[in-house]
Amino acid sequence: MANVPTDLKYTREHEWAKQEGARVRVGITAYAQEQLGDVVFVELPKVGAKVAAHKPFGVVESVKAVSDLFAPVSGDVVEANAELPNKPETVNQDPYGRGWMIVIAPSSKGEWDQLLTAAQYEEFLTQGGQ
Amino acid sequence: MDTPLKRTPLYDAHVKAGARMVPFGGWEMPVQYTGIIEEHRTVRRAVGLFDVSHMGEFEIAGPDALAVLQHLTSNDVAALQEGQIQYSILCYPNGTIVDDLTVYRLAPDRFMLTVNAGNIDKDWAWVNQSTEHGTKARWRNISAATGLIAVQGPKAEPLVGRLADRDLTKIGYYRFARGAVTGVPTMISRTGYTGEDGFELYVAAADTARLWAALLDAGRADGVAPIGLGARDTLRLEMKYALYGNDIDETTNALEAGLGWVVKPAKGEFIGRDALEKIRAEGVRRKLVGLEMVDKAVARHGYAVHTAGRPVGVVTSGSYGPSVDKYIAMAYVETALAAIGTALDVEIRGQAKAARVVRTPFYASRVKKTG
Repeated sequence: MANVPTDLKYTREHEWAKQEGARVRVGITAYAQEQLGDVVFVELPKVGAKVAAHKPFGVVESVKAVSDLFAPVSGDVVEANAELPNKPETVNQDPYGRGWMIVIAPSSKGEWDQLLTAAQYEEFLTQGGQ
Repeated sequence: MDTPLKRTPLYDAHVKAGARMVPFGGWEMPVQYTGIIEEHRTVRRAVGLFDVSHMGEFEIAGPDALAVLQHLTSNDVAALQEGQIQYSILCYPNGTIVDDLTVYRLAPDRFMLTVNAGNIDKDWAWVNQSTEHGTKARWRNISAATGLIAVQGPKAEPLVGRLADRDLTKIGYYRFARGAVTGVPTMISRTGYTGEDGFELYVAAADTARLWAALLDAGRADGVAPIGLGARDTLRLEMKYALYGNDIDETTNALEAGLGWVVKPAKGEFIGRDALEKIRAEGVRRKLVGLEMVDKAVARHGYAVHTAGRPVGVVTSGSYGPSVDKYIAMAYVETALAAIGTALDVEIRGQAKAARVVRTPFYASRVKKTG
């Protein structure tokens, strides 16, 4: 079973979200990068862009597949991982660490509570993850 | 069409090795074992084994076999000596492509055709319906009885050589010999789909697993590994080898696909000859070119190619090329825009991304053309 850290929240589209003070850091899960295979391209929004919960904010591509990235919560992008466009393989190597995608300053508080807990996400994965 | 997926004789070996199995052309095949890029590099650097048993093999034998193949295929089969192999095309009367294939001359009046896995049924129907009644030649579909392992990479020759009962240096590019590899009766063919030196080993279906295991075992010191369809695709893309269903199909003709070198109208009549002669005389309207992305982006099959906002073509294959470390693609573009260096845009998710036409292959071939 894929690594699912308990201190994070999750989406059904396989992003993780981490509360950092008032901000939310976002990436894709270990399960997601395994399913994708070798990541060869990452496209992220610019700092200042607005993202909406459960709407695409970027794209990750492996050799075989193109996959949208979905925002766990709505808000403003305050950071984007500048390393990823040049080193997309970081997503495979360290999905919960150096492979993070963006940091969001959330515009609404209620959305956080609707994200899956680690236990719920693991349950979702055991049911097939789709 | 919910027919169950077919499996090769190596299915159990793939599952045991932890391969990710996917549907491909009606078959359940390994797309990767450890990772596409790592597998790609193994083939360029050392040696990889590909299960290509899903491919189809037809035999034709009889006094009229040569005449039947001259009628069916675009290349000149008469130029093929016993022990030689020829790349060729089955065309429709309008010059578009039924399939691309290799033709083996087994004996003066006996040949084998190797066809794409997804086209076996279509090709079988086509070659039979295109062979006149009363012809002194018999077709045999030996696909299910035949296993096929491709051994590709700079260490392919020493690896297969250690297990073979004959001197492989005597088998030149696009030539074959019958022999035994690890005691298994094998048709040893110096061919492949990667741009590396290597062999394709035709064996009885029942012997395939034994040969696969022996090659993995004997190649350990060479760094051998099984390679999935994912790396097979990136390796052939770097060579600009056409893949049926992506770059060529029943809507494309051999000339625009850059396969004019296997269209030989001087040999006489063949299906599609008149149409191809006309196209050649008028000039092709579009050409299959190699594109390198200037903007960082991955061009994929079906993406539109533009210049100054005007649609001028379509991407047929595209990916990251691990050995060239660039995003590369193949695309049909208007002939006037096919020159090396031409700047074009690929439309990717609604945005124009800069690309340019480049020389191909993207990666220099290392096949052994002499021998």
